[in-house]
Amino acid sequence: MQFSVRTLAVVAALVLGSGAASAASAEKGRKAFVTNGCWQCHGFEGQGSAVTSNGTVLSGTELPLEAFEGFVRGSNRAMPPYREAILSSADLADMYAFLQSVPKPPAVESIQLLK
Amino acid sequence: MINDDSARDDSRTKFNRRNFLAGVAVAGAAVTSAPGAKAATSPDAPAAPPPRPSALPPNAKMAAAETGTPQEIKGHEGGKPGSDFMVDVIKTLDIKYLPCNPASSFRALHESLIDYGANKQPEFLTCMHEESAVGMAHGYFKASGKPLMTLVHGTVGLQHAAMGIYNAWCDRVPVIVIGGNDMDAAHRPPGVPTFHSAQDINALVRDFTKWDDTPTSPQHFAQSFVRMYKTAMTPPYGPVMMSLDAGLQQEPIRDYGGEKLYIPRYVPSSPPQGDTGAVKEAARLLANAERPVIVVDRAARTPNGIKLLVELAEALQAAVVDMGGRMNFPKTHYLNRPPNVVGQADVIIGMELSDFWGVVNGYVDNGEHGIGFNESKIKPGTKLISINSVELITKSNYQDFQRFQVVDVSMPADAEATLPALIEAVKSAIPDSRKDAIAKRGDAFRKASANGRENVKKAAAIAWDASPISTARLVMETWNQIKDLDWSLVASEGNVSNWPNRLWPMEKHHHWLGRSGGYGVGYGAPASIGAALANRDLGRFSVSFQSDGDLMYAPGVLWTAARHKIPLLAVMHNNRGYHQEVMHIQRLANFRNRVAYLGNDMAPLGTSIENPDIEYHKLAQSMGWWAKGPIKDPAELGPAIKEAIAVVKSGQPALLNVWTQPR
Ligand code: HEC
Repeated sequence: MQFSVRTLAVVAALVLGSGAASAASAEKGRKAFVTNGCWQCHGFEGQGSAVTSNGTVLSGTELPLEAFEGFVRGSNRAMPPYREAILSSADLADMYAFLQSVPKPPAVESIQLLK
Repeated sequence: MINDDSARDDSRTKFNRRNFLAGVAVAGAAVTSAPGAKAATSPDAPAAPPPRPSALPPNAKMAAAETGTPQEIKGHEGGKPGSDFMVDVIKTLDIKYLPCNPASSFRALHESLIDYGANKQPEFLTCMHEESAVGMAHGYFKASGKPLMTLVHGTVGLQHAAMGIYNAWCDRVPVIVIGGNDMDAAHRPPGVPTFHSAQDINALVRDFTKWDDTPTSPQHFAQSFVRMYKTAMTPPYGPVMMSLDAGLQQEPIRDYGGEKLYIPRYVPSSPPQGDTGAVKEAARLLANAERPVIVVDRAARTPNGIKLLVELAEALQAAVVDMGGRMNFPKTHYLNRPPNVVGQADVIIGMELSDFWGVVNGYVDNGEHGIGFNESKIKPGTKLISINSVELITKSNYQDFQRFQVVDVSMPADAEATLPALIEAVKSAIPDSRKDAIAKRGDAFRKASANGRENVKKAAAIAWDASPISTARLVMETWNQIKDLDWSLVASEGNVSNWPNRLWPMEKHHHWLGRSGGYGVGYGAPASIGAALANRDLGRFSVSFQSDGDLMYAPGVLWTAARHKIPLLAVMHNNRGYHQEVMHIQRLANFRNRVAYLGNDMAPLGTSIENPDIEYHKLAQSMGWWAKGPIKDPAELGPAIKEAIAVVKSGQPALLNVWTQPR
């Protein structure tokens, strides 16, 4: 069974269309990312890890907010789902804003130690 | 340290139960080798046959001895203590060190080792916990290929040692464990030493040792000690255990009817090689495969194993997946590929895999109702070949044999010993018509390998400047300063996202020593110090990634490193928690639709190591290490590592307490 829940979540989110996060705050989102435990598997900067997020990087995510939320709510694979009862959509919107605000990583060529 | 100050009563030497019983037997002089002299190594036949046990009823004297109140025997002659002869035996096996926490149940052997044996072969290394002693022996073997022995207090000490022994068992590493045990319930000192005695201490670890024994005479000791060494050192390697009676160690060697004591010669056993027919069948499948994949875990027991695996992989132009139980295959080789290549395979050969099922199947810890589900990672019809010596020593109780995986060709044999025959068979099984196609496979792998490297670097660049410091940055700042040395990554605990294996050009057998085996936390600190000891003597530079939780199991091993001048650079991956458990509790809370309770911590209650933060640098300093920290700014890391390396090069251990990202 290799189909991706992520694809399903994206489709579901597009069909249902959840509200825009107009008042989202990156600052609140950074805190929510910690208090809700996202940092555990995704790192404090959303950088991810080969062993805890299957290499998925959240910082600067290209998922639309709806798909982002859809995934978090409906994940049934390596990530445990967060339902509305334990995580509000407002918190998720803040986290999304935070992840968008993380500066892009430096180019590999600019890092002496990675050459 | 075992709190045991009620030493064996001196009066006991006046009434010596063995001499007492020996009085009934035929008298004669025991022959043992002289101190320091090279011990006899050939089994000399005893001059006269030993007296047979008698089935006749005991005579009056004997009956009185067994039922009456013991009377003092005046003027016992003394003579060579049993433990001196034991040292003669031990010295024939070239065991360099004895990491050990002292205890009364082996005081006689301890005294003989340092005074009669002059504290050489083995040299005593003072340890503060039996788990540290076993962990040191574990790491030492993987860096040197030589086993160490340890002595433990029979009951309490062995219980401390047990976790380390289980790790060694699962990691297929020989460790020679001797537990002192005062077995004579009528004559051993009462009180503490009696709490510390048991009928059968070996039972505690029998499920995860290859062999154990309880010798009852010096000659029995000699045979059993050589046998246990030989058993431990025959692949698949593993820990072995001896219960050693305190009386047997302490008392003068009794007379066994003039029997001459001898020390059996150690002759290594050859490792088990795969059956010829099975090797041929495996070669036929591999030679005719379109996409063969070689998966290895503990296949390269020695540096030669790496050479053999390269030869096999190149002959087939097959992808190699190194599961990392040992350094099996050069990370720089274009055929080194990630585990997901098994998805394309039509033939997979697994060598010394600790979990074949897990290589070809996935387990997702997130099924309906939070119960995990399984899924195959390979195409239906993929042929599976296994070479695994561990099948020869499988036991029942502990589940280190993992889930059962059906394979098409199964060789219960040592992979490294089987490789030469397999390589020959593969070479002659490749049809001429396939040689071009096989050569072409290599081109695709070269490309995939170059792309893979670029992607890994890109992933490493993310959060490069973060504080706490990213694990990629931690690993590469370290690499930058050791790359020109003959380095050995002696342990990498707590999971730094496998960056060393993904980014460092590991090629030599000592570049990577694998993991704990049983995943019993607390392995990293002692194993890295044991490996660093071996590397010190071999002129290599040792570095470890030391996690916080692991260090706190038995931090006293830091003192042992300082005390015995064992140079090691320990760079901490201090993520301030039992991170695996952090994620487990979060997962369960999510499954159950509950908010995980954090208390005042960052992670679910009971999983954090904060409030207060542990000042590991101060802990290390207090035990004689050079140390610095906490380092939170990535810009400070490089210069700190440089300072630490200068210290390590001068022969001392050094530790950097670095605050890191979780993984
Ligand atoms: C226990 C570990 C764990 C925790 C906690 C966790 N995640 Fe994940 N997350 C994962 C894993 C693993 C994946 C990759 C999923 C896969 O490969 O199926 C993932 C993937 C994602 C994705 C999909 C990204 C993409 O591009 O596909 C999103 C979005 C995400 N996580 C958001 C979050 C947020 C927000 C939180 C906190 C509210 C969170 N995660 C907490 C483990 C976790």
